[in-house]
Amino acid sequence: MTKGEQRAASSERERSSKSLLAARRSPLARMPWWIRDLIYAAVFIGILIGLSYGLEAIPITGMAYYNRIIVMIGINITLAVSLNIINGHAGQFSLGHAGFMAVGAYFAAYLTVFHFGPIVDKLVEGSTYAWVARNALLLTAVLAGGLFAAIAGYIVGLPSLRLRGDYLAIVTLGFGEIIRVMILNIDKIGAARGLSGIPTWSNFFWVYFFCGLTILISMRLVNSSVGRAFLAVREDQVAAEAMGVDATKYKVKAFIIGSFLAGVAGGLFAHYTPAYLNPTMFMFVRSFEVVAMVVLGGLGSISGSIVAAIILTFLPEGLRMAKGVLHMTKDPRMVIYSIMLIVLMLTRPQGLLGRRELWDVLARRKDTIPEDPRDEGSTPTDKLDRDAGPPVT
Amino acid sequence: MQTLLQNLLNGIAVGAIYALIALGYTMVYGILKLINFAHGDVFMLGAFVGYYSGRWAAAHFGDQAGSGMSWVIFAGIMLLAMIACGLFGYFNETIAYRPLRSAPRIASLITAIGVSFFLEYGGQFTFGPDPKFFPTLIEKHLIHVGGITTTNYQMIVLVVAVAFMALLQYIVYGTKFGRAMRAVSFNYEIASLMGIPTDRIISMTFVLGSSLAAVAGILYGLSYPKIDPLMGIMPGLKAFIAAVLGGIGNVPGAVVGGLIIGIIESFVGGSRFSNFRDAIAFILLIGILLFRPSGLFGKYEAEKV
Amino acid sequence: MPLLEARHVTIRFGGLTAVSDFNLAIEPHELVGLIGPNGAGKTTIFNMLTGVYKPTEGEIFVGGTATADYKPYQITALGLARTFQNIRLFKELSVLDNVKIGGHIHYKYSATTAVLHTNRFHAAEDVAEGEAMKLLQIFDLEGRANYYAKNLPYGDQRRLEIARALAAHPKLLLLDEPAAGLNTGETIELMAKIHEIRDRFDLAILLIEHNMELVMGICERIIVLNFGKTIAQGNPEEIRCNPVVIEAYLGEPAESASA
Repeated sequence: MTKGEQRAASSERERSSKSLLAARRSPLARMPWWIRDLIYAAVFIGILIGLSYGLEAIPITGMAYYNRIIVMIGINITLAVSLNIINGHAGQFSLGHAGFMAVGAYFAAYLTVFHFGPIVDKLVEGSTYAWVARNALLLTAVLAGGLFAAIAGYIVGLPSLRLRGDYLAIVTLGFGEIIRVMILNIDKIGAARGLSGIPTWSNFFWVYFFCGLTILISMRLVNSSVGRAFLAVREDQVAAEAMGVDATKYKVKAFIIGSFLAGVAGGLFAHYTPAYLNPTMFMFVRSFEVVAMVVLGGLGSISGSIVAAIILTFLPEGLRMAKGVLHMTKDPRMVIYSIMLIVLMLTRPQGLLGRRELWDVLARRKDTIPEDPRDEGSTPTDKLDRDAGPPVT
Repeated sequence: MQTLLQNLLNGIAVGAIYALIALGYTMVYGILKLINFAHGDVFMLGAFVGYYSGRWAAAHFGDQAGSGMSWVIFAGIMLLAMIACGLFGYFNETIAYRPLRSAPRIASLITAIGVSFFLEYGGQFTFGPDPKFFPTLIEKHLIHVGGITTTNYQMIVLVVAVAFMALLQYIVYGTKFGRAMRAVSFNYEIASLMGIPTDRIISMTFVLGSSLAAVAGILYGLSYPKIDPLMGIMPGLKAFIAAVLGGIGNVPGAVVGGLIIGIIESFVGGSRFSNFRDAIAFILLIGILLFRPSGLFGKYEAEKV
Repeated sequence: MPLLEARHVTIRFGGLTAVSDFNLAIEPHELVGLIGPNGAGKTTIFNMLTGVYKPTEGEIFVGGTATADYKPYQITALGLARTFQNIRLFKELSVLDNVKIGGHIHYKYSATTAVLHTNRFHAAEDVAEGEAMKLLQIFDLEGRANYYAKNLPYGDQRRLEIARALAAHPKLLLLDEPAAGLNTGETIELMAKIHEIRDRFDLAILLIEHNMELVMGICERIIVLNFGKTIAQGNPEEIRCNPVVIEAYLGEPAESASA
């Protein structure tokens, strides 16, 4: 070991032992947890309200179109981050996310169309009561949709107790399709005609509120005993069980949490303009799109899922320009989109961020371990060095 | 009894097409452990090659349906579709999958989805999104046997499908190439250490699988003449399920799985649950996998601790 | 009451009897070695004790509880922790997280607690981190707490696996070839370490090992296995001189074996 390496090693040792225990307690962290979280929530909601008024005030023609893209990005981030909990953290490869989204969307829409809408219609249009009722009922419907999707997630998660890898993938895909075919056969919610007349209650605020919530949940989970159990099951199920982790329980838990959030995203999607649902929107191809976001971002990386969701949602829209430039009568954007997807995957097979998070990459944190396993540690000199040293007591 | 036989026959005819597609899935999975989601769209490509070459043939040779010439044209079109799809399979593998051989397996799954999107959207872009009518290559006859009605199309489907399955069976189990293929699928690293040109074997497997999908595409176009760029999605998916059902990686298993799905679908389609036709394959799959986690003929490998 | 008791344990895989009529009782603070040629069934016994395999016949008791219907994670909660012959760390997780997962049964809390960052969460995490760092210090790994486990040198991986198992606060630690692949220096260090942790955490240890030096050096009692059968038991001296053991290891002509 050279001098420099020795210094680096000893400084690393100091830093980690000091930082790990001490640095966590900021003044905010010392408050009772519910006051602290209320402050966070208030700040976040304030920013969102500011942004949503700001977006409405921008005087560009076709702002509605841009708004829609922004909202779709929010919904896709929610979907990708929630799928990342199942696929990236718990390592249970699910291809059924569109199904959970459909359950949430249809159940929430069913509630508002048949039960909640009439209540609001009785109130005076534009009154404060109507405003409060509308938002409270949207919240209720969306959460109910999420719960319904979570039940579906529980049922779909059960086979994961027996099946692994590709077999699980195809079974989850199958469940997604079964859900879709079931919706196709329920006349009350429109069957193949689709469900229209859903109140357009969803907006930028709600979409990004839940988007932020999803990211928060996912981040806090992964840094907790629950998240560690997910990761342990992903890495090595046998070893995880030997360490006292109930792999079965955590796999199902991941499915329930992920599908709940997907259901919420579905509910918000259902109530956003044009507020129309059709079973074809939730074919497995939609699941593929979300999976592509998660994998492209880097399986297991929350920020990766966010970045990839933004890129892959914006890409087809940005490519609309290509149509104008090329003077084409037909629209090649989806063809280009698919080629870009292939090219991106070929250039970054481990995903844009790998397993790391954006903030780790930006901060160039050395203590998050060198990317190349040959960088450190496994040099033969290192080993010899330690053998020669005094026995540690 | 008659409806039973009738459903059975219809089911076998559809199942034979599923089986042809499933073979491609199962071979690729066996050799690369990759679910080649683009495979169903290669089937669509085959049908469209058939569509355009059939129209070209009709324009040049006039309407030959009914004459002996029609068989020559039919065979020519099938050959052309096989070559086109085989080439596509070759380039698909070399461009989109080969660079990822040492990458995480999930990466090639995403490029497979990308290729699938490319074929679907590319198909909509070049062929147009609306359905087209597959040219009548051969005159259709009804055949009555006992109380059941069949068509010469169903007979053609069966004969051609069985012929190609037999050919494949011979290639996989009776030739040097097939032996190399099985070796690669058994263990990629060891096969390459034994001097087997693994990359070439894998490419050839894709060519083989894709040309079988082309055959399926032509047979499908012949029997159900409405084709469109998204037609590959559902049959592709069902064929994949057939492959899983039979034990993925297992060649005869794929055929059996395809037939099972075709037959059950045909029975459900004729019953009052016909609305659930598209879901039945999945229900069947889930039911079987819960009891036999590796499919009907797959070997279950418990993890070694 | 013994910590661990196996009574007439037999397991068959198809027609093959991998282990037959295995009996074992381990008292607190004992250090027992399980040796035998390759394929003798040592790891299979570990897998049965930890619930990975279910014995075809016989019973296993951990702390007096029959474990026939217990899953591996439940057996761990009874006070049994293990390492693996072919190191099974959580490769893509940090060294620290590996040890924290080892203590999962002691610091786990609900998903709601995790999401709300309640006081309970902070308390549990502080304990988890403190304990994990302490264990890493014992194994001289604290400087590498933030490395990916897969990036550790081999010897460190072996020791990390022991640290991870200790985080579960076991009463009995099962070590599956802890010295495999280590050089002489490392093995000597490991022997000292095994003794040290036994006294420090008041453990009983059952270890599988091929390295005779290590086994004879630290074990108080040794069980010798051959073809799934227990052929000898006793203290290191008795085992060293036992003709049946020598025969199993070195092989002897058939005539004298039957004599």
